[in-house]
Amino acid sequence: MFTLYKRRQLTNAIALSISVLTMLFGLFWLGWILFTLLEYGLPGLTSAVFTQNTPPPGSSGGLVNAIAGSLAMTLVGTLIGTPIGILAGTYLAEFGQRGWLAPVTRFINDVLLSAPSIVIGMFVYTVYVVKIGHFSGWAGSLALSILVIPVVIRTTENMLRLVPNTLREAAAALGAPQWKVISSVTLRASRAGILTGILLAVARISGETAPLLFTALNNQFWSSNMNQPMANLPVVIFQFAMSPYDDWHSLAWAGALLITFSVLSLNILARVLFRQQASTH
Amino acid sequence: MPNSLREAHHKHQNMLDILFRNVTRLCAFAVLALLIGIIVSLIFGSLPAIKAFGFKFFTSAEWNPVTDVFGALVPIVGTLATATIALLIAIPVSFGIAIFLTELSPQWLRRPLGIAIELLAGIPSIIYGMWGLFVFAPLFGDNVEPWIKSNLGTMPLIGPLFTGPPMGIGLLTAGIILAIMVIPFITAVMRDVFDVVPGLLKESAYGLGATTWEVMWDVVLPYTKIGVVGGIMLGLGRALGETMAVTFVIGNAHDLSSSLLMPGNSISSSLANEFTEAVGELYTSSLIELGLILFFITFVVLSLARYMLFKLSQREGHTA
Repeated sequence: MFTLYKRRQLTNAIALSISVLTMLFGLFWLGWILFTLLEYGLPGLTSAVFTQNTPPPGSSGGLVNAIAGSLAMTLVGTLIGTPIGILAGTYLAEFGQRGWLAPVTRFINDVLLSAPSIVIGMFVYTVYVVKIGHFSGWAGSLALSILVIPVVIRTTENMLRLVPNTLREAAAALGAPQWKVISSVTLRASRAGILTGILLAVARISGETAPLLFTALNNQFWSSNMNQPMANLPVVIFQFAMSPYDDWHSLAWAGALLITFSVLSLNILARVLFRQQASTH
Repeated sequence: MPNSLREAHHKHQNMLDILFRNVTRLCAFAVLALLIGIIVSLIFGSLPAIKAFGFKFFTSAEWNPVTDVFGALVPIVGTLATATIALLIAIPVSFGIAIFLTELSPQWLRRPLGIAIELLAGIPSIIYGMWGLFVFAPLFGDNVEPWIKSNLGTMPLIGPLFTGPPMGIGLLTAGIILAIMVIPFITAVMRDVFDVVPGLLKESAYGLGATTWEVMWDVVLPYTKIGVVGGIMLGLGRALGETMAVTFVIGNAHDLSSSLLMPGNSISSSLANEFTEAVGELYTSSLIELGLILFFITFVVLSLARYMLFKLSQREGHTA
């Protein structure tokens, strides 16, 4: 027979042990997935991966066209999405105290942040790909830029809010007009934080597959024409992994390893930067 | 005339101010326009299917590109079933991890462990899919599913959920992988909202002799209830829209089955598999209507999540 005290102690001990187990459960999956990537990805990671184009089935080759395509589309997507995101985030933080636009935008932005990316791909397909008549690297970049915008808006607004008001007041008291206060004082003060947001956005889009399926599609050959279907790592991985060929599988694993470790490094870099920014305030 | 010069300069700066404000406003407005654009284009694209099938689209399980008859029941059920399985696993696990990270973990471990869990969210969805298909599903099909089948499959009520050949791929596998993917999102929100609880409240409970578990369950959880539910909804929104991981392991079969071990289909995986290959207006349009349904469901779920988190943040500062 347990006394009430003993029973409470026991419940506590059981609950906390389970809590430790759930923590281990979470780490277990991370470890397992990373281990799998290293196990299958490293053997396939030869110099050919970076020098040769994606092969036809049954022969060896590399991923260089897919890597280049991914880099190009990620770059263009970021270049389109970032200015819009920073400006909209600035509006929310600096001019958003009054009116209906800011709260509505903030709310919609939060929803878009987690909206299914495949629907974004579909949207670009119906408004751009169908009108142009063919898949293209531009369409892929456009879909990616739509995913960049919400992330950048979110971090820009949060970072600008960290800037103390005294800084704005000091600049205004010197006679600086508002656009100058914002562009050369507040935005500059939160530079590192905004960069964090951009890095997180890049990390997010460089692993995205779903929006590219309907926009950039794929291309077996080297292509520097953004107006044509463009090879990209995620879609190549998808296509190769789903195929029955061993050569393609090992290339898919090599690509998966590349993509995961670049995305995770970007994530960690963003966190380090964010920490620096947070500690300056 | 220094005075008029100054005035001109002033006017110039004023104009720049107005310009700057309106440019930023335009960009904020672009977000709104984007949402409207997405909804309008999806509705427009799905009009032929809506006209052809009407409400029957939701109740019909037939999906036949040859006869041009489409119903969304199988993908809708698949999406809801996998998301439900994911949440059943992810909610208790996230709660446990959040307790560990806020109350139990030594200070120096808190940051690295927190980052490790967040990295789970950073792994691209296609990697979960590949790993799920090549590593997890075979092991799961060989070792776990036979056990599930022989133990849970014979039980009354829930038995029919666990019948059929153990193939490794299917709704259950997809749900489990989704669970791993949403754990970091739910955990992050839970950690954030647990931090909202005033220290005074927790210390009072500890001072009365409450155990750590009692403080979490009877003080912290009731205080942060709305926020926790908001976090769960956020995870649900993610699970509903997740595409690539599910596409790899769900089996892609347009069959309605009562068993979770059987292959099925979700809205997003149907889109990923069929959209580029769809021929004919009605086929494409049916797929777009699927996308519209998915967008609508996630929009509602995510809106509720934001509303609940907003409610909790309003309470912040109003401490007893």
